[in-house]
Amino acid sequence: MSALSIEHLSIGLPQGADRAFAVEDISFAIEKGEILCVVGESGSGKSMTANALMGLLPPGVTVKSGRALFEARDILRLPEAEKQALRGARIAMIFQEPMTALNPLMRIGEQIAEVFAAHDRFSQQERREKALNLIREVGLPDPEKIIRAYPFQLSGGQRQRAMIAMALALEPKLLIADEPTTALDVTTQAQILKLILDLRDKRGMAVMFITHDFGVVAEIADQVIVMREGSVVERGSAASVLTDPQHDYTRRLLDAIPTGKLPPARAPREVPALEIKGLRKVYRTGGGMFRPVREVRAVDDVSLTVGRGEVLGLVGESGSGKSTLGRTAVRLVTPDGGQVLVGGTDLAALSEEELRKQRHKVQMVFQDPYASLNPRQRIMGALTDGPITKGVPKAQAQARARELLDIVGLGAEAASRFPHEFSGGQRQRIGIARALAMDPELIICDEAVSALDVSIQAQVLDLLRDLRERFDLSILFITHDLRVAAQLCDRIAVMQKGRLVEIGTVHDIFLRPQQDYTRQLLAAVPGADWAKAGAA
Amino acid sequence: MSIVTVILSRAFKAFVTLLAIAVLNFCLLHAAPGDPAVVLAGEAGAADEQMIEQLRERFGLDQPFYVQLGKYVGSVLTLDLGYSFRQGAPVAQLIAERLPATLLLTLTAFVISLVLGIAFGVAASARVGKASDSLLTTLALLFYATPLYWAALMAVLVFSVWLGWLPGFGYETVGAGYTGLARAFDIAKHLVLPALTLGLFFMAVYMRMTRASMLEVSQLDFVKTAKAKGLSGPAIRRRHILRNAILPVVTLAGLQAGQLVGGAVLTETVFAWPGIGRLMFESLAARDYNTILGVFLVSAAMVILFNIVTDIVYRLVDPRIGAKA
Amino acid sequence: MWKRFSSNIGAMIGVVLLLAVIGIALFAPLIFAHTPWQMVQRPFLTPFSMDGLPLGTDTLGRDVASQLAYGARVSLLVGLVSTLVALLIGVPLGALAGFYGNWVDEGAMRFTEFFQTIPNFALAIVLVAIFEPTLASITIAIAIVSWPPVARLVRAEVMSVRKREFVDAARLAGLSRPRILLTQVLPNTVSPIIVMASLMVATAILLESSLSFLGLGDPNAMSWGYMIGAARTVIRSAWWLSFFPGIAIVITVLALNLIGEGLNDALNPHLSRRGKA
Repeated sequence: MSALSIEHLSIGLPQGADRAFAVEDISFAIEKGEILCVVGESGSGKSMTANALMGLLPPGVTVKSGRALFEARDILRLPEAEKQALRGARIAMIFQEPMTALNPLMRIGEQIAEVFAAHDRFSQQERREKALNLIREVGLPDPEKIIRAYPFQLSGGQRQRAMIAMALALEPKLLIADEPTTALDVTTQAQILKLILDLRDKRGMAVMFITHDFGVVAEIADQVIVMREGSVVERGSAASVLTDPQHDYTRRLLDAIPTGKLPPARAPREVPALEIKGLRKVYRTGGGMFRPVREVRAVDDVSLTVGRGEVLGLVGESGSGKSTLGRTAVRLVTPDGGQVLVGGTDLAALSEEELRKQRHKVQMVFQDPYASLNPRQRIMGALTDGPITKGVPKAQAQARARELLDIVGLGAEAASRFPHEFSGGQRQRIGIARALAMDPELIICDEAVSALDVSIQAQVLDLLRDLRERFDLSILFITHDLRVAAQLCDRIAVMQKGRLVEIGTVHDIFLRPQQDYTRQLLAAVPGADWAKAGAA
Repeated sequence: MSIVTVILSRAFKAFVTLLAIAVLNFCLLHAAPGDPAVVLAGEAGAADEQMIEQLRERFGLDQPFYVQLGKYVGSVLTLDLGYSFRQGAPVAQLIAERLPATLLLTLTAFVISLVLGIAFGVAASARVGKASDSLLTTLALLFYATPLYWAALMAVLVFSVWLGWLPGFGYETVGAGYTGLARAFDIAKHLVLPALTLGLFFMAVYMRMTRASMLEVSQLDFVKTAKAKGLSGPAIRRRHILRNAILPVVTLAGLQAGQLVGGAVLTETVFAWPGIGRLMFESLAARDYNTILGVFLVSAAMVILFNIVTDIVYRLVDPRIGAKA
Repeated sequence: MWKRFSSNIGAMIGVVLLLAVIGIALFAPLIFAHTPWQMVQRPFLTPFSMDGLPLGTDTLGRDVASQLAYGARVSLLVGLVSTLVALLIGVPLGALAGFYGNWVDEGAMRFTEFFQTIPNFALAIVLVAIFEPTLASITIAIAIVSWPPVARLVRAEVMSVRKREFVDAARLAGLSRPRILLTQVLPNTVSPIIVMASLMVATAILLESSLSFLGLGDPNAMSWGYMIGAARTVIRSAWWLSFFPGIAIVITVLALNLIGEGLNDALNPHLSRRGKA
C-alpha cells in the first residue's frame, strides 16, 4: 500500500480568483521510503496540494472533491481534532522561508519540545533529551547551545535544520517539504538536500518534495510529477522525466533550465568599458554612545575589468559582496577606496553634482520587478525622465522610448500604461528598456532574472542575449546562480566574503576551476552531474 | 546592552529632555504678553510692588537673557519650581503634596486600560467576524470617540447621582476619619469612576491595536509552522500569536502615556481629585503661571518614567533587542 | 478605490453623519433666528417643553439647539485648520528626515521625540493659557501638539519607499535628490497621510473641546466643550445641558473615525501574498 495516495483531488479557489480551481482532478501516490518531487512554476497549485493534505488551506480555499488516503483514512475528510492529531505526528511539513517560519520570541529547544507537548508525549526531561538528540541528528553544531538559542541567532541553513528537527520529532510517516531550499545559498542547499536524503534512508519515510527547480529534482527525486495551472501534465521516474520528457511543457521547462551547456567561447575584448581598481567598501553598524562599532568588509580590494561588448558574470552567495560591488560601480554606494573607471572617468571620485551628469554612462537592471518601477508613474515617464534630464528633447526621448518598448517585445502602446498592468517578466523588460534608453556604456544586471519563474527567466535571458548582439552591449551580470551565468556570460568572476576569488572565461571556470571555493560552488549546483551528462 | 546601560542611557536622555522642557518653560514665560515679573507673580492680586521687585532680583530680570535662562534652569535643577503667590506656597511643595493622588490615578488607569484593552482585543480577534467581535469593536469605536471629561461627567451622573453606587467627588470621604484598611477601601471606592473613565479611551486604543496586531501576526509563517506541529488553536494563540502581537501594543502604550497623563487634568477636574491635574486647572483661572509650568514639567517627567518602564518591559519580552545592539 | 470605500457601510454612515454636521454648521444662521448668545427664554427650560426650543435653554436662558449648531462651526474649523497646520509641520520634517537620513534624521527625530514625550494636552493647556485663548492660538496649540505622529509616519513611509529599487533607478536617471523626493517618493506616501489626516481632525476636535471645557476656549465663539464646562456645576439639576453637546462631539468624532477607517481599508488594502499556489 502506498504511504499516501491522492485520488481525483480538486481544490476550489474563492470567487473572484483568476481561476475556479487551484488544482483540478489530480491523482498521484507516494510509496514508503520514496521521494516524490512535485515540480511546477508559481500558480501551478503545487503548494495548495500540500496545504490541503495538512489541513492548512487558507480561508475561502476548499477541497471540492477527491480523497487522500493515508494510513487507510481519507485525511481530507477527517474532523479537525483528528487532523490536528495527525499533523506533526504522522505527517510533518517544512516550509520555504526559514527566516520567518520560526517564532522569533521562542528558544529553538522550546519550539522543538513543543511538538511533543502538542501531542502529549513524554515528560519535560525526556522532551529536552529528545530535542537534543534531534538537534544532533540534523547536524546542528553545539546542541546544548542551540537548544537555548533564539532563531535570530541562527543562519538560514541552521534554521532550516531546526525546522527539519521539529518535523522529524515524532517520526512521521510522510514529510512534506514545500520549496525548503529555495531561499538558501547553493552550498547550504546542497547540504540540506543531502540531509533530507540521509534521513529518508535512515527512517524510511515518504517525502513529498515541492520545487520549481529541475536541478533539485535531479539531486533527490525518485519519482516526479510536473504540474501546470492545477493539472498534472507529466509523471514518471526521475530518470525518465529528466532524460525523456513526454509533455511539451516539461520539455520547455527543461530547456529553460540553464544546463551548464557552455556557449561558444568568444574572442577576449581589448577595450575596457568598466575598470574597477582596488575597490573597497566597509559597512559599519552600531556605534554611538553605548554600542561597539562592527565592521563588515563588503568589498575588499577588488579589481576587475569588463571589456566593451563583453558580458562578465559576477557570481557569489549571499554576503559575498557582489551586489555591493554592483551598486558601487553605479555609485549608488560610494566606495571607501579604489576607482571605478568608465570611459576614462572615475565615477568614485565625482562630486554629487558632477556625478549626476555622468550617471547615464552606467545603468542598472534591478532584481525585484515589483519594486523597480514607480507604481504611480506611467511607463513613459520612467523611460524618459533620464534622457530628458540628460538633455534629450522630450519628443525625441518619447519616440525612443516607444521604439525601445517595441524592441524589448512589449509594443509601443505600453508607454501609456502603469506598472501594475504588467507581469513580472514584462516589468523586467521595461527595466531593460529603461536602462537602454540612457545609451549607457555599461549595463549592470543585479540578479535581474532571479525573481522570475524558469520559463520567464529563459525568455528574459534570450532577450538579453539578443540585445547584446544587436547593440554590442557591455554587461556586468550579477547572479547567485552559476547555471544562469554560464548561459549568458563570456567570463565569470567569483566572489566570496568581499574578495574576488577567481576570474576567468566561462570554460576555464566550469571546466578548469583553480580555487577550492569555485570547485565547491560548482559541486553544490543542484543537478550538476546530470547537467554535465547533458552537456557532454 | 545590559539593562543597566539601558537605564543609564535612558536616564541621561530623560535628563536632557527635562532640561529642554525647562528651557521651553523659560521661553514661554518670556513670550507671554506682559512683564515677566508680573506674569510670574500671577493675577492673584497678591503681587504688590515689593514682591515684583523681589522676583526681578531673584530671576535677574534686569540682566541679560542668557543669565536669566541660566538662573531659571539652575533653579529648576535644584527642584525649585518657584513660588505660587496664589496658593501661598512653593510650587514644588504644592506638587509634592498632590503628586501621589495623580500617580495613583494614572497608574491605575494605565494598568486597567492596558490589561482590559489587551484582553478584549484578544477576545475580539479570536472571534473575528462574529457578533461578539462586532460588538466589541463597535464599543471600542464609540469609546474612542468619547471625550473623556464627558464620559466622566456622565459616569458621575449615572453611578453617583442617579444610582448612588459610587462616590463621584473627591479622593476620600472627608471627615470620616478612616484609617488603615478602611481608608484604603474608601480611597479605592473613590478611585473606581475616575480610573475607569480615564482608562476608557485608552482601553479602546489598546483593544483596537491588540486586535489588529493579533490578526496580523496570525498571518505570519511561524503560525503556520505551529499549526503544522499539531498545536491546538488556543495553544497557538497563547504561545505564538499573543507574545508577538503584544510587542507593538507595549510600544504604543509607552507613546500614549503622554496623553494619559495629560488626560488626567480633565478627569481630576471633573472628580475634584486632588492631584496635580486639578492643581493645574485651579491655576488656570488665577493665571498662576509658575504652578502651571511646574505641573507641566512634572507631568513630562512622569511620561518619561512611563516610557522607561515600557521600554524595559519590551526588552524583557523581546530577546532580540538586547542581543542585537 | 471609491468602490471599495463606498461598499464599506461604516464609512458611508460616517460620510452621512459628517455631511449632516457640516450642513448644520453652514446653515446655522438660516435655521436659527437668534444667535447662541441671545437670551430667549427663562433659564433651565427642559428639552421638548416648548416649540422652537427643542433642546431647552441653558443657565442663562439661551437656546441650546442654536448653541449646538454654532458649536459645530468651531469644532470643524479648528479641527480642519489645525490638522492642515500639523501636516505642514510634520510632512516636510518627516520627509526630510526619512529621505536624507544621517544627521538630518537624527536631529529631526530628537526634536520629534521631544515633542512626543511632552504630555500633549498639558502643553496645549500651557500654550493657550499663556497666549490667551483665541481661535488662532487654540488652533496653533493643537497643531503644535499634533504634528509628531505625522512626522514619524511620513519618515517611516519615506524610508521604506526610499529603499525601493525605482528610487535607485531615478538616481541613475540623473534626477536631483529634491526632485526624487518630490516626484518619486512622496506621491507613494500620500495614502497613509490621508488616512492619518482624517483621524487627526477627529483628535483635534476632541482636543479643542477639552480645552474649551477647562475654560480655555475663545470667549467670542460658542463651542461644545464650553457648553459642557459651563453646565458641569449644574449636572444634578440640568443634565441635558452637558448631555447634548457631548453627543454632538461623539457623533462628529465617530463619523470622522469611521471615514478614516474606510479610507484606510480602501487605500491600503492588505496585499494578500497568500492564495497563490
